[in-house]
Amino acid sequence: MRSAGSRGADESAEEGVALNTASSRGQPVIRADHLDLTFQTGDGPVHALSDVSLTIGKGDFVSFIGPSGCGKTTLLRVIADLEQPTGGQISVNGVSPEQARLNRAYGYVFQAAGLYPWRTIARNVALPLEIMGYSKAERHERVARTLELVNLTGFENKFPWQLSGGMQQRASIARALAFDADILLMDEPFGALDEIVRDHLNEQLLQLWARTTKTIAFVTHSIPEAVYLSTRIVVMSPRPGRVTDVIESTLPRDRPLDIRETPEFLEIAHRVREGLRAGHSYEDA
Amino acid sequence: MTRLQAGLAAAVGLLGLLGLVLPLSAETGLLDTPFLTTFAVLCAASLFRFRNPLPVSVDGCLTLAAGLALPMSLTVIDRGSAGFWCLAAAGWLAAWLFVERLTASRRGGRWTALAVPVLFGVTLLVLWEVVTRGLNVPQVLLPPPSAIGARFAASIPILWADFQQTFLKAVLIGYALGCGSAFLVAIAIDRSPFLQRGLLPVGNLISALPIIGIAPIMVMWFGFDWPSKAAVVIVMTFFPMLVNTVAGLAEAGRMERDLMRTYAAGYWQTLVKLRLPAAAPFIFNALKINSTLALIGAIVAEFFGTPIVGMGFRISTEVGRMNVDMVWAEIAVAAVAGSAFFGAVALVERAVTFWHPSNRT
Repeated sequence: MRSAGSRGADESAEEGVALNTASSRGQPVIRADHLDLTFQTGDGPVHALSDVSLTIGKGDFVSFIGPSGCGKTTLLRVIADLEQPTGGQISVNGVSPEQARLNRAYGYVFQAAGLYPWRTIARNVALPLEIMGYSKAERHERVARTLELVNLTGFENKFPWQLSGGMQQRASIARALAFDADILLMDEPFGALDEIVRDHLNEQLLQLWARTTKTIAFVTHSIPEAVYLSTRIVVMSPRPGRVTDVIESTLPRDRPLDIRETPEFLEIAHRVREGLRAGHSYEDA
Repeated sequence: MTRLQAGLAAAVGLLGLLGLVLPLSAETGLLDTPFLTTFAVLCAASLFRFRNPLPVSVDGCLTLAAGLALPMSLTVIDRGSAGFWCLAAAGWLAAWLFVERLTASRRGGRWTALAVPVLFGVTLLVLWEVVTRGLNVPQVLLPPPSAIGARFAASIPILWADFQQTFLKAVLIGYALGCGSAFLVAIAIDRSPFLQRGLLPVGNLISALPIIGIAPIMVMWFGFDWPSKAAVVIVMTFFPMLVNTVAGLAEAGRMERDLMRTYAAGYWQTLVKLRLPAAAPFIFNALKINSTLALIGAIVAEFFGTPIVGMGFRISTEVGRMNVDMVWAEIAVAAVAGSAFFGAVALVERAVTFWHPSNRT
């Protein structure tokens, strides 16, 4: 296990270097350097992240893909300062994740919508604005604007439990967008939704990204979703959680849904699948 | 009609027939009680309902007839015999059949929902009246509702003074202070792990104290008037509120808390905007439990020394004088006040926790 971890580390370190040059189009926003995280559990230590090095540039759409237990959610939580790494360095916007969190540098979208049932949709979206001390007029204006961005205008006064799962998740995205953080961290936001709703939301998310030029880190376990959305795909594998491959997308920024049938798309998807398979066979050997 | 309903209709019919045949009482005949005789004939006619069930309204009329005829006949009948009891049973079964068919009928929403419990209560009162008077039950054992009502009407000023002393002073003030202080202590406990380990066991201990042990001590500490009773109420309501609030504050999910963390929200912001709303169902549970506990506590505490006013004082002295109807009138006040208090808290709960799955419409 020990030697396997260090071999994986060498690979990912090399990828990290290759990646820095490739993504020179944007200033680095998130920079992780030899990140390690070990959870102490009742069954002994669990190595959730092992020697993860990675740079995400401004305006990138980076997907983390891998089987469950590969540490992709943990990595996102480390970036968000919801978990503390046990080794290595990480900076967000040039400061520590904690400082970035206190600066309200990112919006986080969870696997479930997590809307508060006692608040209407509009007041759920206004929640971060209330906490951050925006004036009432500005709250009102921002809620209207972000709800329009996710096509929920007209549902302001509904309660979350009166809406479908897809609409709830859109409202939670609006909530993460409301305070204009430059970074959007999304943890399998569409995982619980059906295929058709997911396609629709993927398309909307891309449009939103194009309009707002945010940096997005997106966790998923769907290969088509990762390839369709991302400018860069980070393939991870479990036990210990590590980066096994980083794939630069050659697809244009403007992506209609039927781009998914082009040979170019299928080739990238194939590479991702190969990467995932390599991670698995590595574990079995 | 279902089998149960058909069975009930048949029993009403048979009992009606028996009422016509058997003697109503030792000294009266059928002609002395025309209303009761009419009721018996109507009941007997019920036997034909195997052919034709008839609408629910017929059951309503039959129930109404029973409710009027049975108490009215008691002005003539001193002590009921077999025939009378057959008709009383027929009246009871007729009311049962009516409620049964009313509940089964699909139409009629709000009114049926309201009518069923009211009918149930009225039937109980009428049966109570008929049984106590028809059997000549001694007043000391169980007075008929009419006697309690008469005593109630005659002693409204006394009852009002007792209500003021016990409910408006001891109960409400003790309830507010007990629940309020427990709420604040729960938040203090939440803030500090040290208090969590130190105070929760103490709260547990307080809840185990017997009320009849602390009531006399409170009288020595705070005097004979209502403050000592309010103190007993505080002790009784404190623990349920404390435990429920502490449990409720742990109710908010991990994801919802993480969300607050990503906003860099402070302790109080998280408390007010997330944890207290999430705890509301627990807190209201405690408020409802305490609404009835407080009244019991205040009444019992008055048994251990009070000025000459108060619901508990009245009950203990009137029992000594064998004025049981006054005791029952006091119990009626306590029942109505306690239910109204509980109902008011439940209404506020509905308004505040409308979002909870159990309240969604």
